[in-house]
Amino acid sequence: MAENKRSKLLEVRGLTMDFGGLRAIDSVDLDIFAGEIVALIGPNGAGKTTFFNCVTGIYEPTAGDVLIHPPGGVSRRINGMKPNRITALGMARTFQNIRLFPAMTVLENVMIGRHCRTATTIIDAILRSRRAVREERETVDQSYRLLEKVGLADSADEFARNLAYGAQRRLEIARALATDPFLLLLDEPAAGMNPQETSELDELIVRIRAEEQLAILLIEHDMKLVMNISDRIYVMEYGKEIAQGTPREIKENKKVIEAYLGEEVHA
Amino acid sequence: MAHLKRSFGIGLWFMFLTLPLVVVRVNTLSQEVQWRWSNLLWVGVGAFAIAWFWQFSINRRAAGRASTVADKPSLAQRLADDPVLSRRVLLGAAAVAIVFPWLVSTGQNFYHVNVMVSALIFVVLGLGLNITVGLAGLLDLGYIAFFAVGAYTYALLSKNFDLGFWTCLPLGGLMGMLFGVILGFPILRLRGDYLAIVTLGFGAITKIVLENWDTLFGGAAGLANIPRPELFGLLLDGRQKSVYSYYIVLALVALTIFVTNRLKNSRIGHAWMALREDEIASVAMGVDMARTKLSAYALGAFWAGLVGVVFAAHNNFINPDSFTFMDSAMVLAMVVLGGMGSILGVIIAALALKLLPEYLRAFAEYRMLVFGAVMVLMMIFRPQGLISDTRRKYDYDGADGANGEGDHGGK
Ligand SMILES: Nc1ncnc2c1ncn2[C@@H]1O[C@H](COP(=O)(O)OP(=O)(O)OP(=O)(O)O)[C@@H](O)[C@H]1O
Ligand SMILES: [Mg+2]
Repeated sequence: MAENKRSKLLEVRGLTMDFGGLRAIDSVDLDIFAGEIVALIGPNGAGKTTFFNCVTGIYEPTAGDVLIHPPGGVSRRINGMKPNRITALGMARTFQNIRLFPAMTVLENVMIGRHCRTATTIIDAILRSRRAVREERETVDQSYRLLEKVGLADSADEFARNLAYGAQRRLEIARALATDPFLLLLDEPAAGMNPQETSELDELIVRIRAEEQLAILLIEHDMKLVMNISDRIYVMEYGKEIAQGTPREIKENKKVIEAYLGEEVHA
Repeated sequence: MAHLKRSFGIGLWFMFLTLPLVVVRVNTLSQEVQWRWSNLLWVGVGAFAIAWFWQFSINRRAAGRASTVADKPSLAQRLADDPVLSRRVLLGAAAVAIVFPWLVSTGQNFYHVNVMVSALIFVVLGLGLNITVGLAGLLDLGYIAFFAVGAYTYALLSKNFDLGFWTCLPLGGLMGMLFGVILGFPILRLRGDYLAIVTLGFGAITKIVLENWDTLFGGAAGLANIPRPELFGLLLDGRQKSVYSYYIVLALVALTIFVTNRLKNSRIGHAWMALREDEIASVAMGVDMARTKLSAYALGAFWAGLVGVVFAAHNNFINPDSFTFMDSAMVLAMVVLGGMGSILGVIIAALALKLLPEYLRAFAEYRMLVFGAVMVLMMIFRPQGLISDTRRKYDYDGADGANGEGDHGGK
């Protein structure tokens, strides 16, 4: 496949995470190349969200390496780095259980994403220095454009808590995009959405990849969505990686069918 | 009906509970016992009414919950959205504030001016704590300690080094800030209850140190003969001194409002709020937690230190009794009652909480009772505070569509 020629963005080797006696992730390997959409699937409690948390710095992994190779930047090992540093390096995520800033407006939620890309200091803000004014202008415009992209421009001044569920999920995506990531990590973006919303999300994700030129790693239980948009799929069960491959390969994989897919995909 | 029965029961229960307290009175002079049965009746009726009202309001709130979710534009939001109107209101308020001392004071009587100075000092404290608690969501139960730091900084510097008020004013603020950072570091990782306990402890420690380190801080007796603010070496009489203090603290209030307002709608203020709303989400979105929290602590403490200097100068005299937990709680109540994050709300609450007790001295005994009742009622009816925080609206696109102050017309 063409991926081999593409540059590698994320390289995870032997990632292991223990919670006390529980090994939530057991030496998992995973690679993501530029421009890819990769899905991470598996039954409940398989350790998918924990994997995200380890990669984005919320947890410090017990063992293994998380390496990033930002396009045009230097490669680094990011184990144990603070989440905000990792975000500044170019990886942004959404949360399975939506974590917006409820008492801030929709636009302000996205503006927070620009925080690590701007430099207005307290003094700047008090004096409304040139930099403060310019950065605010740019932040508002970029945030607004992102809201247009996810179809929330009309609700820009609403409080985030007043949005419908599906809209909140899209707002999370816009907020993550505002950090200018090279890799976007989506944790169950379709959870709680109806089929109509899911198919819109499908389009949105593909469009984002094309327009923003980034790679996407997504956790998702909706197999139709996963099979539709992923270039490659990793399957986890009980913390272990049990398979990886193209959607077609995964659909045929005996182990995966047994552990997770069951028969319905075949039908 | 069930409500009435329950309330009746509660009324009886309270009558029983308070019997020894409100009914029996031993007159120690004439050595006889007085039975004040009428008091019992009042307790019963009062408890009944409150219990009934309580249940009524809980029901009402449950019923009203659905409708209040869709936030209607409040008066404050309308003000914030209409720059012309808000500017007019602001100018009106400023005009009243400026002429105030001339309206209420005469040559000999400047009591009202002094009362106002204390109230405005608390307005600054409220606005300062509003940064830490209201905007950044970091509970601080020992905030008054920073106020003490400012006050003692001025008292000591003027006593030992003969430094003047205007030199000490910024120094007091900086000292407050320094202590804010010192306290901020160890509590960066704490949240909720733990944060409350540690800050409470910090407030208590400060007071104990002040009380016991006699040689430096004058112990429980405090420090006296603190010089008043100087005005180009002019000699001011009592009233003029008060009026001068009034204008200083008024200017400080204006400065606090200005700065908080600028910060609130800036990159920094947004980061504070995000941290308050969801810590994990905000660090995952690239907000540096340590730096942001520290800045909120330091800035909140800065205002307390600053106004502490004014307090010491205005009073001539300070002792540890001015910096008790009650004062911390009072400032916190101003922020919570006023509406977390809302500048206007905090100002109103601060003035109300300081001025009402002052002018209702007749009810001084019931002060804490009323205070508690108001708190409870507020939590039922307006948990968001008097004035809920308003959000600024931005306009988009249009390279030349100015986004500056007072120029955000809607589209
Ligand atoms: N902070 C934690 N402390 C202890 N155990 C944890 C913690 N976080 C996750 N776990 C455990 O790790 C395992 C993996 O959980 P994880 O949330 O990663 O699963 P998941 O694959 O995301 O599942 P789902 O599809 O339900 O979201 C579970 O057994 C969970 O109980
Ligand atoms: Mg999960």
